[in-house]
Amino acid sequence: MDFLYNILVAPFAMIGAAPSFFVEVLIGGLLSGVMYSLVALGFVLIFKASGVFNFAQGAMVLFAALFFAGFMDKGIPWYGALPLTVLVMLVLAMGIERVVLRPLVNQPHIILFMATIGVSYFLDGLGQTIWGSEMRVLNIGIPQNPINMGPIQVNAFDIVAAVVAGSLVAALALFFQYTRIGRALRAVADDHQAALSVGIPLKTIWAIVWTVAGVVGLVAGVMWGAKLGVQFSLAMVALKALPVLILGGFTSIPGAIVGGLIIGAGEKVAEVFWADAIGGGIEDWFAYMLALAFLLFRPQGLFGDKIIERV
Amino acid sequence: MFYREAGQFKASYAADQQIFPIRQDRIAYYTLLAVAFAAVPMVANEYWMATILIPFLVMSIASLGLNILTGYAGQLSLGTGGFMATGAFAAYKLSTWDIGATFGLAEPMHLHMVFVFLGAGVITAAVGVLFGMPSLRIKGFYLAVATLAAQFFLLWLFNKVPWFTNYSTSGVISAPPRELFPGVVITGPMAHPVTKYLFLLSLVVLLALGAKNIMRCHLGRAWMAIRDMDIAAEIIGIRPMRTKLAAFALSSFYCGIAGAAWAFLYTGSVEPLAFSIEVSFKVLFMIIIGGLGSIMGSFLGAAFITLLPVLLTNGPRLLGLNIPVDIISHLEFMIFGALIIFFLIVEPHGLARLWQIAKEKLRLWPFPY
Repeated sequence: MDFLYNILVAPFAMIGAAPSFFVEVLIGGLLSGVMYSLVALGFVLIFKASGVFNFAQGAMVLFAALFFAGFMDKGIPWYGALPLTVLVMLVLAMGIERVVLRPLVNQPHIILFMATIGVSYFLDGLGQTIWGSEMRVLNIGIPQNPINMGPIQVNAFDIVAAVVAGSLVAALALFFQYTRIGRALRAVADDHQAALSVGIPLKTIWAIVWTVAGVVGLVAGVMWGAKLGVQFSLAMVALKALPVLILGGFTSIPGAIVGGLIIGAGEKVAEVFWADAIGGGIEDWFAYMLALAFLLFRPQGLFGDKIIERV
Repeated sequence: MFYREAGQFKASYAADQQIFPIRQDRIAYYTLLAVAFAAVPMVANEYWMATILIPFLVMSIASLGLNILTGYAGQLSLGTGGFMATGAFAAYKLSTWDIGATFGLAEPMHLHMVFVFLGAGVITAAVGVLFGMPSLRIKGFYLAVATLAAQFFLLWLFNKVPWFTNYSTSGVISAPPRELFPGVVITGPMAHPVTKYLFLLSLVVLLALGAKNIMRCHLGRAWMAIRDMDIAAEIIGIRPMRTKLAAFALSSFYCGIAGAAWAFLYTGSVEPLAFSIEVSFKVLFMIIIGGLGSIMGSFLGAAFITLLPVLLTNGPRLLGLNIPVDIISHLEFMIFGALIIFFLIVEPHGLARLWQIAKEKLRLWPFPY
């Protein structure tokens, strides 16, 4: 009885008593959800273009962040380190396309999925062999102080992250909509064989998509690295992006954003108001349960392509 | 030259349908069993038993379980670690349950180890059915990510609720000393590795035999139909709900026993973190490298993935190279990842397929035309 009261009544009483605190928690959650979306975006790009569920995205985030932080530690300013890291991600993308994807063309999805897990092990090892495993502090001059907006407080860092994510999505949308390569990417995402038959080079497109995903991973890595420090646990951020991904749908960029917002807000609110009732540390699984609940009503995620099955 | 089935005629349906229709296979199988039961305990030392053979057997039970679900029934799952943890904690609760006190007997009485293992499997099967429910609506990678909910939720539950660890402050459970027969201790710190090994080996043989036979009966064929195309299977009269949930139940039963064996026969004491998502991935690697939808493949994959880290750690030392420990652990990651990619490229159908090809070649050898 006590337990039910703690779950069903007490949290709402708390929300009712201090609505501005609830709004503050909600906004904090939404903004941190944007950070999850950043990681989920990379997954979506690759899944859309090649149908590969790229588990290595988390490792790519870590890999990019390690290189970026490593270059900066060597004394290169950030405007020099950024293109250098993009170059590294380009080489990496071409390598993955040549060594992993090309020999595995036409294999079942699960095999490609396992291959990307192999890639993620490899990248985790390679990045740390080159740059060492101690934690690096990444300071790119983003303020961390709280800002007062009327009655509620918001962290300045979260706002910067949201702006960065927003401009990244806008840039991606423009890139997909208005460039030649973007059009080719959309064609490949739509139908591999049709795209091939009108002369779109599939291999080049895949390398480009993996590079773009690598750049998205770099942005995510820099933001997460500035927040948590660049270390091995950064690769685990990918596990946080997975529920975002299934909630939004594997094939939808807006889905990744909306999914991130829902997961971020839900997680924060649950952590603050419900954690006392059912014991702390629920952020490990809450996002998955939330996504699962949504999936039961929409099996392809909120914005995913409708799954049509024929015999 | 020696591997010929010429002249081996089958006079009955039973003979035609047996697991090893070729006599040479049968002989090889019985020899393997004899070696495993009789020769290995005499030859292997305690180090080999405790660090290689026992974990290999434990993981082969787990990969049998996942192969039932993923390889035969086609439901991708990343919750293996969570189910193994369920098995371990269920076994712990069952083995420390004082039946005597519950039923008002004068003396304390405990469940026999065989029932503890069975009970752990059954409890895990129930949990597996619960978490398998979404599979009726969610498919493919969506389901894989959904099973992660089971993984994280179950581990969190065992971490947070002190009842599961009998209110131990450290959150670690230790196997209580129990006997299989009077005088033969199989769990706890006093148990000899050889007794543990033999008990585990019998368990593995029984479970593998069970799995092989279930796959040959109507249930196994229904699973394969669901895997190949679930809508078509439904149309020819296979009930998806019953079949999928049965797959989750049996798979979790195996994973539960594997978890119990891990806690009771391998490490002896265990905390929830030991069954982290890494374990789920490892088991998935085993069945993919070994071969999806193959009992033999489960064993080959388990052997490969358990032996590989041992080789990688000891390899450089044997070669006389002196590499710092942290570099070695990073290199291990790299080599592990690279080998997995290599194997997937060379033979996407796994080691079991390689084995099959080798047998085909052997039948024609030395005159392939």
